[in-house]
Amino acid sequence: MSAQAHMPLIELRGVTKTYGSGTAAFEALRGVDLDIEAGEMVAVMGASGSGKSTLMNLLGCLDTPTAGRYRFAGRPVEALSKDARALLRRHYLGFIFQGFNLLARTTALENVELPLIYRGVPRRQRRERARAALASVGLLRWQNHAPNELSGGQQQRVAVARALATDPAVLFADEPTGNLDSSTSVEIMELIQNLNRAEKITVVLVTHEPEMAGYARRTITIHDGLVASDVRSGDRPVSTEAA
Amino acid sequence: MFWEALGIALREIRRNLVRAFLTVLGVVIGVAAVVVMVNLGRGATASVTSQVESLGSNLLIVSPGRRMGPGGSSAPNFQRADARAIADRVTSAEAVAPMRNLGANVVYLQEDWSAQIVGTTPDYFAVAGWTVGQGRTFTAAESRAARPVCVLGQTLVDELFGAQDPLGAQIRLKRMSCEVIGTLVSKGQGAMGNDQDNVVVVPLTTLQRRLAGRSSDRDVSMIMISARDGVSSARVVREVADVLRERRGIQDGEDEDFSVLDTKQIADTLSSTSRILTVLLGAVAGISLLVGGIGIMNIMLVSVTERTREIGIRMSIGARPGEVMLQFLVEAVMLSAIGGLIGIVLALGSSYGLAQALGIPYTFDAQISLIAFTFSAAVGVIFGFVPARRAAGLDPIDALRHE
Repeated sequence: MSAQAHMPLIELRGVTKTYGSGTAAFEALRGVDLDIEAGEMVAVMGASGSGKSTLMNLLGCLDTPTAGRYRFAGRPVEALSKDARALLRRHYLGFIFQGFNLLARTTALENVELPLIYRGVPRRQRRERARAALASVGLLRWQNHAPNELSGGQQQRVAVARALATDPAVLFADEPTGNLDSSTSVEIMELIQNLNRAEKITVVLVTHEPEMAGYARRTITIHDGLVASDVRSGDRPVSTEAA
Repeated sequence: MFWEALGIALREIRRNLVRAFLTVLGVVIGVAAVVVMVNLGRGATASVTSQVESLGSNLLIVSPGRRMGPGGSSAPNFQRADARAIADRVTSAEAVAPMRNLGANVVYLQEDWSAQIVGTTPDYFAVAGWTVGQGRTFTAAESRAARPVCVLGQTLVDELFGAQDPLGAQIRLKRMSCEVIGTLVSKGQGAMGNDQDNVVVVPLTTLQRRLAGRSSDRDVSMIMISARDGVSSARVVREVADVLRERRGIQDGEDEDFSVLDTKQIADTLSSTSRILTVLLGAVAGISLLVGGIGIMNIMLVSVTERTREIGIRMSIGARPGEVMLQFLVEAVMLSAIGGLIGIVLALGSSYGLAQALGIPYTFDAQISLIAFTFSAAVGVIFGFVPARRAAGLDPIDALRHE
């Protein structure tokens, strides 16, 4: 840890993102500096249009910054090609989305297997790992059901299983509870929090709900394309926050 | 990754089975059309060639009258002396056989059958490309002596004798009784659909003296000539024409009152005509295959739009653009290849049936089936490329947001 102490897992310096050009140009991010250490659980908050989704897309290597520097585990991401970024996502990142984004008409097990296919994991091993991931979210019984046969909470748990099947370095959760009722939301957030604590997976959680941000130890608030606040809190007990 | 893409493509096709079937229908019809057309075309070419070849190889047929148009019948027939003159003077001719045909009833015991009687010389059998089955053909001596001997075609053997041995039997031709000394191996149907085996061959002299009634029946109605190997048939035609012009007193610049047909030339003309037709029909069928390809492109484009979100998901979890492209390309190729396979199976069945119906020999051509299949797969690559590239070019963020 001491050798890597000065190299955060994620390092943003002066990152800007501009959409469009000329007079129609819109600056979604206007110079963001941000470090995220391995093992952290960070909530990114902000009103809609604040730039938090843009930040999430950049951090998740789905997009590249207009200017500035992004180092992922020391590697410059801003210069990477589409292909190289796809490989980086494949091997290091996991995603959970508000809309679940499972493949329709495809069983839960096959959905969880999907990222392992791209990693080139052999079929038998893939099955095993996907089953283990589904078991860890308590859905092994539902492995042969398609998403439309599952409840919202179950679908999101399949999505979590898909993300953790590859044992990613960073898990990006974009409004993971946005489409869920409050009790299911708690289940999902506890699941994610547990991944961070037990599996040491770095979690970046994008949300606009303070209760959900409360599951994280650190909350970054984005306002008008800039980091407005960056607050670290101790390990607050979950139950009181969620209430 | 390739096998995975294959699996995904198979599953995707199974999911929309009806749509997949309708999509590939164009390719099915295209491939089937190409294979059927080419198979039938080749069969027709082969049948024309073999029928003309059954007349005899390197064969010239000289007959009185102009080649085309009315008034040809007024030209006088040939005489045996004409045939002899050709045999003597045209050195490029291998053999010369004068012929005289008559239609007559052939009677054996209580059986009778209507057949062609051919009066000719011993050279005829070789010139016309006959093979002797049983017995022998008549000799030059028998021919000179106008002996009552005859050689039977297979049809007559079957009709008159059935399973009996025809050799040595006495049959009646008109008022003449003659001995069967040999039989001919079947040649099958002629170029005009006539039965070439329904024939009795007798010496020309026998026919002239014993069978022909009117004196006009006593001359020669046709002369068959075979050319020497390695001699161009055009040269033989020219030399034969020179001899006959002289003998028939035709002045330079005057039209001939006889014609010399070259069977090799006829065969070449007929088979090149049928080859051209084959190519044309194949090309038309190929166009329908292209149209089928456009159908595949259309559906694949729709499919890419429908599955934009799926593409976004795959990209977000680490699919490279090239892998997304491969997936759609494999799907397009698989669709068109399945279409190609169905088309070939369909084509084999229908070209067999059509060949039977049209009386053409059925020739299974593995090569054209392979070409058509390869072509259908190529159609998948070509027309799958644009949709696949569109899928690969999608931005994962936009694709994920797509509803």
